Amino acid sequence: MTKIVYKHIHLENSHTLAVYKSVGGYQALEKALTLSGDDIIDEVKRSGIRGRGGAGFPAGLKWSFIPKDDRAKYLVCNADEGEPGTCKDRDIMRYVPHQLIEGMVIAGYAVRAERGYIYIRGEFYREAERLQAAIDEAYAAGYLGNNVMGRGVRFDLAVHRGGGAYVCGEETGLIESLEGKKGQPRLKPPFPANIGLYGGPTVINNVETLTSVPDIILNGGAWYSALGVEKSSGTKVFAVSGHVNKPGNYEVELGIPLKVLLEEYAGGVRGGWDNLKGVIPGGASSPVFTKAVCETVTMDYDAIAKAGSMLGSGAVIVLDRSVCIVRAIARLSRFYRHESCGQCSPCREGTGWLSQIMQRIEQGKGVRGDIDLLLSVASNIQGKTICALGDAAAMPVAGAIRAFREEFEYHIEHGRCMVA
Amino acid sequence: MSELQKSSSGVPPRFSEEAMRQVGVIFQRYPAERRESAVMPVLHLAQREFGGWLSQEALDYVAEVVGMPPMRVYEVATFYTMYNLKPVGKYHVQVCTNISCWLCASDEIVRALQSRLQLSFGESSQDGRFTLSEVECLGACVNAPMMQINDDYHENLTPAKVSEIIDQLP
Repeated sequence: MTKIVYKHIHLENSHTLAVYKSVGGYQALEKALTLSGDDIIDEVKRSGIRGRGGAGFPAGLKWSFIPKDDRAKYLVCNADEGEPGTCKDRDIMRYVPHQLIEGMVIAGYAVRAERGYIYIRGEFYREAERLQAAIDEAYAAGYLGNNVMGRGVRFDLAVHRGGGAYVCGEETGLIESLEGKKGQPRLKPPFPANIGLYGGPTVINNVETLTSVPDIILNGGAWYSALGVEKSSGTKVFAVSGHVNKPGNYEVELGIPLKVLLEEYAGGVRGGWDNLKGVIPGGASSPVFTKAVCETVTMDYDAIAKAGSMLGSGAVIVLDRSVCIVRAIARLSRFYRHESCGQCSPCREGTGWLSQIMQRIEQGKGVRGDIDLLLSVASNIQGKTICALGDAAAMPVAGAIRAFREEFEYHIEHGRCMVA
Repeated sequence: MSELQKSSSGVPPRFSEEAMRQVGVIFQRYPAERRESAVMPVLHLAQREFGGWLSQEALDYVAEVVGMPPMRVYEVATFYTMYNLKPVGKYHVQVCTNISCWLCASDEIVRALQSRLQLSFGESSQDGRFTLSEVECLGACVNAPMMQINDDYHENLTPAKVSEIIDQLP
């Protein structure tokens, strides 16, 4: 199967400029600099690549929204990888940082941004060191700076470490944080494409998205769009964690059946396929699938949405039959309560309520009516907050009740787990 | 806002010459008129320089260095979990208990750490060597369960491996 972002990660010293150049590194940039910005944007549009961070917005379209005015423009790479279950970008940054840098220089040139930032989660200290070392190499070799590859193009790039706040993965929370403030998301509109970092037009893309750009430029958008399936073109890294025999990051073409991903790539479900209870298909905030759905669903944006969940960041969390779904969701609810930035009342208060109710059900102190109460709180959060964190807190709860309602009922009635 | 703690040493925190050089490097990453963007990296640096945590004096000093009102620095320092606002041990052991780690038996890792270090979450050892914290997902889920000690991740843990890692700390 074709690989793009991970194709070089197994090479020795793949993080160095020398190795990256030996496999054709920075040739895409050389080609890009002979094209116009609009040509590059058209190529990326043609590829059909959608944002790999979670929202799945078409990247080329996002770039095309950048106005052609005289304001300073910015390119920001969202490397705040914080959605529980997700660890795909980490391997890109520590193993092929130059491929990300090359993608960023191309993107910056295309939208006429002369300054870029990689906002990396603060805990990734070693990964930030790797990125910085690669950036230093790229400056020394003339791939960054005020005269990129001698073509008179300017692009400066810096790493900015976060401070341990999940909400900064939300793009406007990230911008606030990058400006030296609390990471509380902004009301949209205006969208970052018009008013983003320092009030300037800003493109924000995920690590995996930007790292895919060099191959799109070298091989063409049509080549990329032939990978995967319709409306979900290209490859995607799925971080498969939990109860599989070979957890890992697997880059595959979109549209692969979930069952194939688990059985053929991730070594199979612990204890065999029939021991599967369910799968959270796209990170902690995506509603859980029952085994019945896992039998047939394919891993692309539309198929997963149609089945009632979302592809999200591509974090596939596998639960076997030993898992108490109430306890699992209670843990997630505690997470969202901890990470709510406190700005919007429905989220600040609602995540607290969800967590407390989940906690009491889990502890055997649930009361009749708690399920309806959970659903009511969830629906009072969803769609009523500035950013998606509220939705992210509500969806797993409502989704788990939809899929495993009898377990919640059992827990409330008997004061303990339905599973042994 | 959580209470800010005063430094007990009585010595006003000051960056070394080398640290000031690093501050200069940090400032260069942002447009000159956007100096406040440097507050997070300078706070990270201050925490490393001043013994792993940020006293109110340290925050005031960062405010002075970056050139922003102290209150704005307090806002930032209290919003992000990585800024320690009270002293931590030489080794800050942070164990993830979020979903992927929990599915891979992080409960056992927590028990092993608590019994090995004789600490509950949020506590520091009296000799100043260890602080134990429970943290949210650190993004190493395919290598669960995991913990972070200072700058380094330790992955694919077992209770035995935890003891070994703790024993080998200098």
